[in-house]
Amino acid sequence: MKYAFSLLAVTALILIAGLGSQVPGMQYLFGVVIPYLAIMLFIGGFVYRIMQWAKSPVPFSIPTTCGQGASLDFIKQDKLDCPTKPSEVVARMFLEIFAFRSLFRNTKSELHNGPKITYESSKWLWLFALLFHYSFLVIVIRHMRLFIDPVPFWLSAIESVDSMLQIGAPTLYLSSVALVGGILLLFGRRLVSRHVRYISLSNDYFPLALILAIAVTGILMRYFLRTDIDIVNIKKLAMGLVTFSPVIGAKIGSIFYIHLFLVSTLLVYFPFSKLMHMGGVFMSPTRNMANNSRAVRHINPWNDPEIKPHSYAGYEDEFREFMVDAGIPVEKELTAVKDEA
Amino acid sequence: MAVPKLAQLSKSVVQGPSLATGAIPTKDWMDVPAIFKPGNYAYQAKQEKVEYLNSQKGLHFPNAREWSPEDEDWKLPENWKEIILKGLAERLDKFRSLKIFMDCCVRCGACADKCHFFLGTGDPKNMPVLRAELLRSIYRNDFTLGGKLLGKMAGGREMTVGVLKEWFMYSYQCTECRRCSVFCPYGIDTAEVTMMLRELLHLVGVGINWILEPASNSNRTGNHMGLQPHTFKDNVDFLADDIENLTGVRVNHSFNRKGAEVLFITPSADVFAEPGLYTAMGYLLLFEHIGLDYTWSTYASEGGNFGLFTNNELMKKLNAKMYAEAKRLGVKYIIGGECGHMWRVIHQYMDTMNGPADFLEVPKSSITGTTFKNAASTKMVHISEFTADLIKNGKLKLDKSRNAHVKATFHDSCNPARAMGLIDEPRYILDHVVDDWVEMPENTIREQTFCCGSGTGLNTDEIMELRMRSGLPRANAVKHVIDKHDVNTLSCVCAIDRATLTSLMNYWNPGCNVCGVSELVGNALVMDGENRQELDEGLRTLV
Repeated sequence: MKYAFSLLAVTALILIAGLGSQVPGMQYLFGVVIPYLAIMLFIGGFVYRIMQWAKSPVPFSIPTTCGQGASLDFIKQDKLDCPTKPSEVVARMFLEIFAFRSLFRNTKSELHNGPKITYESSKWLWLFALLFHYSFLVIVIRHMRLFIDPVPFWLSAIESVDSMLQIGAPTLYLSSVALVGGILLLFGRRLVSRHVRYISLSNDYFPLALILAIAVTGILMRYFLRTDIDIVNIKKLAMGLVTFSPVIGAKIGSIFYIHLFLVSTLLVYFPFSKLMHMGGVFMSPTRNMANNSRAVRHINPWNDPEIKPHSYAGYEDEFREFMVDAGIPVEKELTAVKDEA
Repeated sequence: MAVPKLAQLSKSVVQGPSLATGAIPTKDWMDVPAIFKPGNYAYQAKQEKVEYLNSQKGLHFPNAREWSPEDEDWKLPENWKEIILKGLAERLDKFRSLKIFMDCCVRCGACADKCHFFLGTGDPKNMPVLRAELLRSIYRNDFTLGGKLLGKMAGGREMTVGVLKEWFMYSYQCTECRRCSVFCPYGIDTAEVTMMLRELLHLVGVGINWILEPASNSNRTGNHMGLQPHTFKDNVDFLADDIENLTGVRVNHSFNRKGAEVLFITPSADVFAEPGLYTAMGYLLLFEHIGLDYTWSTYASEGGNFGLFTNNELMKKLNAKMYAEAKRLGVKYIIGGECGHMWRVIHQYMDTMNGPADFLEVPKSSITGTTFKNAASTKMVHISEFTADLIKNGKLKLDKSRNAHVKATFHDSCNPARAMGLIDEPRYILDHVVDDWVEMPENTIREQTFCCGSGTGLNTDEIMELRMRSGLPRANAVKHVIDKHDVNTLSCVCAIDRATLTSLMNYWNPGCNVCGVSELVGNALVMDGENRQELDEGLRTLV
């Protein structure tokens, strides 16, 4: 149900843009106003969310240690998984963010008669996630050609690597295939894996469906509906948007407006959804802190100095007689206490 | 409430209709209420214990009352919902971890089958992701734009008594072991979520007795067993007598002695009950062997910290005794015994909460001259670090053959492994005190170790079936090395483990002993002037 709802929502978005952009005079709304609003909400929302997180302190040093810590000289420290120095933390974070290292550890457990529980390495999720994120990244970078004139050398280089298989004309980008494949695999996994299916929310299906629609409309434009669009006009519009002098030139096909509207939706949706994991992964205290809390004191800004232990004096007062009887040293001898009384 | 027979539970774990075994629940999890019946919950805290804690300066345990989880009406304060939502808002402001963990989860499911509670019960709400969703759904509904606009559509739901009951059930079916956080791509740590849930529940007077009574005891008598000073001393003296009977060596130990070089603090269970007693005997022998100038304390006689299982204020208050006592006695530094969660508190919280301990010195072993730079600020050294250093420097006379009766494996306790990185020190010690020991399968040790299933104050008898279920992944890995390598001893560096793994082994793997690593050290030590009996079972030998 939840996935069906997400697919419906995306269909509705497509219809809105497809029909809306055909109404005379509405091209400016879909081509200029909405994209501007979307980018503003994206940047503003993203910054707001990061600021909101940063506002809350990290009261305790709580890294999850995943290997041997720094200890005695002859005990080998696992610098990557139990970092103590900033450089080691950076290395841990780098691999986490760019190689999804924790997902790489993933195992699948199974219960067998006996009972016997087995664990085996399971890298599918890691693979799908890498496929999806990196192809998305390459596609975002490739789109920079619409906003930069002349197109820089490095961008053309990325494009030529991306199309190195030289299939079809225009040549097929590997990233297009990988993105659609990655989304379908991630979406399919949500439906097939019983654990994930049970926990999945509309919020999980919707972004996948949305990005799939973005990818498909993009692919349609590049490979199949080329006659409907005018790439020169699109570049003119894109350049106009980044130079704050947007012009809607001659007719651009509705498929382009659909694509652009879906991207705008994604931008607006991004800061207010789980997609903010992109920012959050940098700020997770269990990963971005050094495991040196016994060597260097971590400060908690709201530490309450008024919380004191049940005092020794109170303890001795309660148990003094027993302590003296048992020969345990006391601060005040029994006679001294009697004198006071 | 009786624990099911082994054969019955073995079958139920594998074939019972659960998400872990392949059955897919037909109802959405939000529509499945938590139902309490004998055996599936730990007893509620007694009113007087809650009142006592609430009366202590700096602590807040309001709304003490008589109530029962099985009753429909929990007698919550009238404004309970307001209290909970306000409490959540405060905690979002105080803990960045909570905010990030509420916002970043993508429900990828990597954590789902990493939890020992999920593997043992198959209950979907024991998947770490769903445990967090129990809170996240409320957070979404009341604290996020999407939730406020779209409600259930965006995965939000209203805070109700039913939700509160669910929180109580599942925050006490999590041992804050952090195994899930190892696998999470964002390091989301369910321990943080569980801690917050438990803190919130305490605000409306909902807690369990097995935690609050020991916590009260720790506050008043210094240790969770409630041993008064003379009894604590008697217990240690008794162990010293046992050592003399067994080895002919009279150990020198002292209590509350000012001017000692080192204060030694260990979980009080070690001086109270088997098999921890043998570990304590190991400490006494070790310190005697090297002639350490040290003292025990009856005031700070608890290494463990039941406050960690309640809220950060109580954790701080109980922990503060360690530094207070070290200061009063004028010691140079502190050595801590084998314990899991105790070391989480010492390693990740103590200095922040109760430091700086500028009245102490950077720990330097007077025996080897080694400076423990990793403890330069807290000034507290783990007994395994201390012992490994002694061995490395050849300061211990060890005879491995004295452990000939032992074929060991080693259980990494959750907190030393995942909240400290103390993994190879105990292994180094084992290498030098036993002839041979073996590792359990790689997905069940080191940072991937499985919890005993009864940590964070869940080692209470009324939930024995739950404990045996959640301990199954650990027990199963032990069984593997028993079958393959004839292992007969499960060694560990945790006092809760020594108690809980013993029950767990008796149930799943009868015949397998549980011991502290320091017990094996004590067994192997060749003492000056000893007159040792034939000790076929080391310190456990009955003479």
